[in-house]
Amino acid sequence: MKVFLKVWRQAGPDVTGRLVDYTADNVSPDMSFLEMLDSVNETLIAKGEEPIAFDSACREGICGTCGVMVDGRPHGPDPCTTVCQLHMRRYKDGDTIVIEPWRARAFPLIKDLVVDRSAFDRIIQAGGYTSVNTGGAQDANAILIPKTVADEAFESATCIGCGACVAACKNASAALFTSAKVTHLSLLPQGQVEAKTRVVAMVDAMDENGFGGCSNEGECEAVCPKGISLKNIATLNREYRRALLS
Amino acid sequence: MTLDSKVPSGPIQEKWDRHRFDSKLVNPANRRKHTVIIVGTGLAGASAAASLGELGYNVLSFCIHDSARRAHSIAAQGGINAAKNYQNDGDSIWRLFYDTVKGGDYRAREANVYRLAQLSVNIIDQCVAQGVPFAREYGGQLDNRSFGGAQVSRTFYARGQTGQQLLLGAYQSMMRQVAKGTVQMFAQREMLDVVVVNGKARGIIVRNLVTGKLERYVADAVCLATGGYGTAYYLSTNAVNSNVTAAWRAHKRGAFFANPCYTQIHPTCIPVNGDDQSKLTLMSESLRNDGRVWVPKNAGDKRHPNDIPESERDYYLERKYPSFGNLVPRDVASRNAKQVCDDGRGVGDSGLAVFLDFKDAINRLGEPVVASRYGNLFEMYQKITDENPYKEPMRMYPAIHYTMGGLWVDYNLMSTIPGLHVLGEANFSDHGANRLGASALMQGLADGYFVIPYTLAHYIASTPVEKITTDHDAFKEAEASVQNRITRMLTVKGSKTPRQLHRELGRLLWDEVGMSRTDAGLKRALARIPQLREEFWQNVSVPGDANNLNKNLEYAGRVADYLEFGELLALDALHRTESCGGHFREESQTPDGEAKRDDENFSYAAAWEYQGVGTAPTLHKEPLAFEHVKPSQRSYK
Repeated sequence: MKVFLKVWRQAGPDVTGRLVDYTADNVSPDMSFLEMLDSVNETLIAKGEEPIAFDSACREGICGTCGVMVDGRPHGPDPCTTVCQLHMRRYKDGDTIVIEPWRARAFPLIKDLVVDRSAFDRIIQAGGYTSVNTGGAQDANAILIPKTVADEAFESATCIGCGACVAACKNASAALFTSAKVTHLSLLPQGQVEAKTRVVAMVDAMDENGFGGCSNEGECEAVCPKGISLKNIATLNREYRRALLS
Repeated sequence: MTLDSKVPSGPIQEKWDRHRFDSKLVNPANRRKHTVIIVGTGLAGASAAASLGELGYNVLSFCIHDSARRAHSIAAQGGINAAKNYQNDGDSIWRLFYDTVKGGDYRAREANVYRLAQLSVNIIDQCVAQGVPFAREYGGQLDNRSFGGAQVSRTFYARGQTGQQLLLGAYQSMMRQVAKGTVQMFAQREMLDVVVVNGKARGIIVRNLVTGKLERYVADAVCLATGGYGTAYYLSTNAVNSNVTAAWRAHKRGAFFANPCYTQIHPTCIPVNGDDQSKLTLMSESLRNDGRVWVPKNAGDKRHPNDIPESERDYYLERKYPSFGNLVPRDVASRNAKQVCDDGRGVGDSGLAVFLDFKDAINRLGEPVVASRYGNLFEMYQKITDENPYKEPMRMYPAIHYTMGGLWVDYNLMSTIPGLHVLGEANFSDHGANRLGASALMQGLADGYFVIPYTLAHYIASTPVEKITTDHDAFKEAEASVQNRITRMLTVKGSKTPRQLHRELGRLLWDEVGMSRTDAGLKRALARIPQLREEFWQNVSVPGDANNLNKNLEYAGRVADYLEFGELLALDALHRTESCGGHFREESQTPDGEAKRDDENFSYAAAWEYQGVGTAPTLHKEPLAFEHVKPSQRSYK
C-alpha cells in the first residue's frame, strides 16, 4: 500500500521548521511504523538527500528511545504501544499521516523529530534512587515484602522514560514520569528510608527543569505506552504533602 | 607476545579472596585524583560507573544514547541467575560454576567462571537494596524459576522485564553519583578511538553526536563496556544502535579479539517476515518452560496448526532429548529448529519457523496462570504478528542474540593494552562457546559492581602514569585518523545506502557464518567480504555533513567497521575446525548430529592480533585447563 506523510523537518534548534510531504510506497502491513520511516529514508539517502532524523534503539518497546507525535497523538493511535511497536496494518492505502516531534519547553528540539530529554535524567539525579553503595547489602530475603506490594512497585517501575506523558500534557508536566519513580521507591521498604527528601527534591527538579504543573487532565495516562496509572500522581501528591507537613 | 591470564594461584574457591587481598588499594583521599573513563552504560558500564564513583574516583561516563538508561541491557527479559539456593533444590556456587563451564562447552576460563558464581549471590542482595522489584512469593520471599535448561530454580526475575529493572537500578545508582559530582555523564557521544600513550590506554576520542565535534578525553585508565557485535548479522535481537565500533577500534589499537566465532543464536525469536524488517524480536526462553515445540511430521504440511492432529505432530525436542525435552540449551534448540526446517517441515509462509504451543499448558494450568507467567510476551507477540498465542501456537525461529566472543581480557578484565579494561558482553571471558540463559545479566553486573572496583584499583595503584593533557601528540594523531575516516565517508557520494550494504553483509554472515558452518561456506564469506568493503568505500551514500546530528553518518561508520570485523569473524570460524557451543562446524559432528569438540587441538581461547585491514591477523592461543569440571561430550538426551 501507499501512505502520504507530512513530516516535521527542522535542521536545528535555531532555524524554522516546517512540515514536508513524502510518499511511502510499497508499504507492507507487517512493517512497523519506524520500518516504514526507514524505507522513506532509504529512498532519500539513495538520492543523496538528508534522511529524516528520528530516535529509536531497541525497537521492541522497552528502551524508551523512540517517540513521535503521530496525527497529534504520542506514539500513534494504538493504546499501550510505543511507536516502534505500531504496525502499518493499522493504516490503509492512501492514508495521510502527520508526524511531529515531542513539543515541550523542557525537551528542546535537536533536529527533525529528535528532542533532548536529558531533563528526565536530572529529575532522577535529584532523588530517584536509594542511597546505598555497592557492597554490604544484607541478604536479599532478609526483608520480606508482600507480593502485592512488590507487584505494585513493579507496575510503577515499568516506566520507560520516553516522554509521551509530557508531550501529551497541555502543561508539559512531568508528573506521571516523576510519580512513577516516587511510587515505585516509596512502596518498598528499601526506598521508604528517604521517601520524604526524595519526593520534595524530585518535584523541585521537575519545576526547575521547565516542566509545567499537573492539573489532573489525565492525557498522560491515556497515551502512556506502558499503561502507567494516574494513581501514581495521587501517590506523588500524598507523599509530597506528607513530606511537607512532617 | 605471550598471553598471561594472570589467574591467581591456590584452590579455585580461594583464588578471588586471595587475589583481592593481594591487590593494591588506592588511598580514599587519592582516588579523586585518578580519572577513569567508562564507555557504555549498560549493566556492566553503569554498575562500574556507580561503584567507582561511590569509591571516590573521578569517573567520566560515555554513551551513544540520549540517556544512559537506554542501553540495550534494558531489553533482557528472562532473568538473572544466582546461586542462592533459596529453593533448597540442590543449588550451590559449585553447581552454578559447573553448569556454566559445561554449558559453555568447556571453552571458558574456569577461574573466571568460579568467581562469577561466587559473586552471583552478592548481586541479588545489591539489587534488592537498590529497590529492584523482583518477583516475590506470597510469603514475601523472592521467587525463582528454572531457566534455560537448568535443573535447579536459581533465576530471579521481574516479570519479563528483568533487564529493564536491573538496568534502572544501576542507572539510578549512577545518577546519584552524577548528582554528587563523582561521575560526569557524557550522553550522545560515540567512542571512535582509544588513545594509547607509551603503551598504555590513556584516553578516548569521541564524536559528539549532536554537534558533530570530535572531543578528546584523558584518563588514568579506560573501561569499555560497549556490548556485543550481534548486529554484524544485520538482523538480530540487538537494538539497532548496538555495534562493534568501540571494541573494533580498540582492537585496531592493539587489543586482541578473542573467539569472535562464538555467537549465540537464540532459539525463540519471532521469525523474519519481509525484506524491510529492521530487527528481530526475542521471546524469552522461559516460554519453553511451558510451551511445547513442534513441527508437522510431514514435509510441506501447510494446514493451520489447530487442524493438525496430535498424531501428525512431531515434538522433536521431546522425542530426541527425553530428559531435557523442550528445555535443552539454546544452541541445541536452535540447531534442531534449523534441521527440521532444512527437512522441509518448517512452518509459516517462509518455511523458516517452528511452532511453540501453549495449548497443553492452558489446559493444565488455565489461561489466567499462563497469562500471569507470559502475558506480556504474548501481547508483544500479538502486536508484531497479529496472531493470538492463546488461540494458536506461536511461530518461532532462531536469531542472533548474544556474542560470547569479545576483546580478550585477563583475570583482572584487562585487555592486551595495559590500562584498557573490558567489561560485560564486550569481553570474552566467562561464557566459553555458549552462554546459558540468565547469565548475561549476572556477568555484566558482576564485572561492574564487584570485579572492576578491585582490579582497577590494583592497576591504578601499581602503575605510574605520566601527567599528560589532551594536547599530547597521541591525541592529535588519533583525532586526525578519526576525522580522516569521517571525511572519506562523506566524500564518496555514491548510490548505495549503508543499510543496503549492511543487509548484504548480514545475509552473507547468516548464511555462511550462522547456525551451521562449513569450510567451503566460510571461504566463500572470506572472498566476498573484502568485495563488499571495497564497494562501501567506492559507492556508499552519506548525505549531509559531520557538523550536526547525522544518524546516517553514525550508522555508516558502524557498517564500515562491521565490514572489517566480519572478516575476522569468518576467519576465526574457519580456523576452528571443531564444533563447540554456538559454533557448529558441519565437518565435526557425532553420528547423531550433535556438536563434536576436538579437545586435543582446540582447548584454547583464540586471541587475534590486528595486522591491518585485509591483512591476516596473528593468532595467539591461551590454553584452557579444566581441573575441576572434566570435559565430556555434552549430552541432553
